[in-house]
Amino acid sequence: MTAPQKQLCRVLTEQKLKCETDIMTQTPKVSLRGLYKIFGSDDKAVLQHAKAGMSKENLLVSHQHVLGLKDINVEMQAGEITVVMGLSGSGKSTLIRHLNRLIEPTDGEILVDGVDIMKLSTLDLRHMRQNKMSMVFQKFALLPHRTVLQNAAMALNIQGAATEDQEGEAKKWLDRVGLGGFENHYPSQLSGGMQQRVGIARALTSNSDIMLMDEAFSALDPLIRTDMQDLLLELQVELKKTIVFITHDLDEALKLADHLVILKDGAVIQQGEPQSILMAPSDPYIEDFVSDINRARVLRIRSVMQELTEGKFAGDVDANDNLESLIATSGGDTSLRYRVVENGKPVGELDMRELVKALVPRISSSETGTRYH
Amino acid sequence: MVGLRAWCDTDASTGPMSMAQLLAKTGNSAPEPSYTFAFPSLDELNKACGQIAQTRDVIKGLEDGFLAIRPALRTVLDPITQPLSWMLDGTLYLFTTAPWFLIMAVMLIAVWYATYSLSVVIFNAFCLSFFAFVDHFEPAMQTFAVILVCTIISALLGVPIGIAMSKYNRLQRAIIPVLDLLQTLPTFVYLIPLIFLFPIGESRLYGIAIVLYAIVPVIRLTDLGVRLVDKDVVEAGNAFGMSPAQKLGKVELPLALPNIMAGLNQTIMMSLAMVVIASMVTAPGLGVLVLRGIRNLELGVGLMAGVCIVLLAVMLDRTSKAALSRIDRTKTEM
Repeated sequence: MTAPQKQLCRVLTEQKLKCETDIMTQTPKVSLRGLYKIFGSDDKAVLQHAKAGMSKENLLVSHQHVLGLKDINVEMQAGEITVVMGLSGSGKSTLIRHLNRLIEPTDGEILVDGVDIMKLSTLDLRHMRQNKMSMVFQKFALLPHRTVLQNAAMALNIQGAATEDQEGEAKKWLDRVGLGGFENHYPSQLSGGMQQRVGIARALTSNSDIMLMDEAFSALDPLIRTDMQDLLLELQVELKKTIVFITHDLDEALKLADHLVILKDGAVIQQGEPQSILMAPSDPYIEDFVSDINRARVLRIRSVMQELTEGKFAGDVDANDNLESLIATSGGDTSLRYRVVENGKPVGELDMRELVKALVPRISSSETGTRYH
Repeated sequence: MVGLRAWCDTDASTGPMSMAQLLAKTGNSAPEPSYTFAFPSLDELNKACGQIAQTRDVIKGLEDGFLAIRPALRTVLDPITQPLSWMLDGTLYLFTTAPWFLIMAVMLIAVWYATYSLSVVIFNAFCLSFFAFVDHFEPAMQTFAVILVCTIISALLGVPIGIAMSKYNRLQRAIIPVLDLLQTLPTFVYLIPLIFLFPIGESRLYGIAIVLYAIVPVIRLTDLGVRLVDKDVVEAGNAFGMSPAQKLGKVELPLALPNIMAGLNQTIMMSLAMVVIASMVTAPGLGVLVLRGIRNLELGVGLMAGVCIVLLAVMLDRTSKAALSRIDRTKTEM
């Protein structure tokens, strides 16, 4: 090795170390590093082809293995809702099942509170599932032979808590999700929305920091779904759980997400703050996706505001309001200019003409040639 | 070919003559048609080559072989099956010595708690009274006692086997041919080896035959029931950190219970079918009367016993199905 190479190597090592310490200071609650999942009998052998960049189709044709997830690197911060969005077959349900190892990865690391859960023993894994993670399912997955109260108490029942504790805690959370008085009903006697409330109460009763929600609201009709989203956001303000939410519905994703991860064919194609993804889609697939949504409702003023200049303003608006509310305030008058404030401090200004421009996506849904759905 | 002839002729079969040979000797046999070309059976081959055994020798060999392994089999099977004899004898003693009103009262109360259905209890009371009215109460109760014991044994063995099969595909593949065999063997065939294995007076002789015949549906339906449990619910159990034992007790068995009960219903009905046939190997009860009807051409005896068997069958079927639907209805916890 030559001297300059040694020098370069040392610098790189230093930078890498520094980089890692940076990550450490942020301490993500859950992080996935280089996660691969290949379905098939000889997945370890096929892994090298996937790592070399072979596409899903080629892998299936030449090796008869299905590429489930490809090089997933995601960090989920404590107290945030991370939404993983993708169409069916994109691997989102596979991804969420890796977090509690209901599905074993072919390669990669899954760190929860800094612990690599791939190294846990069967017993430790069971304890982690009991205490650190709870899960809400698309099809509710309640025990049909148990009452609502017993279902909600399931996590504590598994942990072997005393019956009074189980019932007290379960009752508390059932009341909290609006199911007080239904304790002695059976799940089959409840509507879908109410069954999913039981599912959420069951997850909350376990008192875990992390909640995994696998298309939790996808089986519900639109009005109930909105109710449930509001319930979740309301609970989140109070509880500050780390929530991983899977959905195929962009409106739902944008409503709930603090951090949005978009999956396609098992790979992450863009992740970040939802507003920034909306304003700067990095892929035609996402562009096509975002062209269909109601931008006025989803975009926040802070995403479209400009630098603050001097002049006359028609009024103050909050940076976190959506554009729809500002349009209502202005009465549709595009000649106005508003000052944007956040926590009482002016942070920018917004011309209504800019707002109207922001409502039109870069590529409208009628122009996109390739349809992905 | 050289040498073979010599081998054939040395030590040619010295066994007793066959009937055909005897007839030929007395000169009474019909002359063999010249156009026949006999299949080269063991007997025919024996004519050409004395070294080849005749069929009757092979049959004798089978018998000798079976008798030779009998002591070894008995040392293994005797202690295992002894409790079955005790259970059968004890239950039979109980049902034949207890006064009729006590048996009826206990049975009707049990039926009430199993089904919570008044009509089923009344039907049971009618059937039991009919048996007593036509003086068939004792044989009917003997039959019932045998069915009761055999069903309990079948459930105790069959449910764990079914659960194990549902967990291990390899075990399932190994056991299914055995179950197929048990189901397709004619019921008489069960009895033949058992008669040689156990002294004829012992009750386990028919007990084993009935259990082997009746255990099949409970195994099959337990396996099926556990496999059919909603995968999502099992996954929820896993996600909340259930141990395998908790999953079995809190999720899989309760959800498979309707199927297991359907299997038990079939097991009860098949025990009844077998207990009648097993009367040929000393199983007591209504089957003995049917057998007497056949042997002595006593039509009336056979018919009356037949009517009682039908009533008993309907009674058991209705009761077990009512118990099944009660479990379905209230989703009772286990």
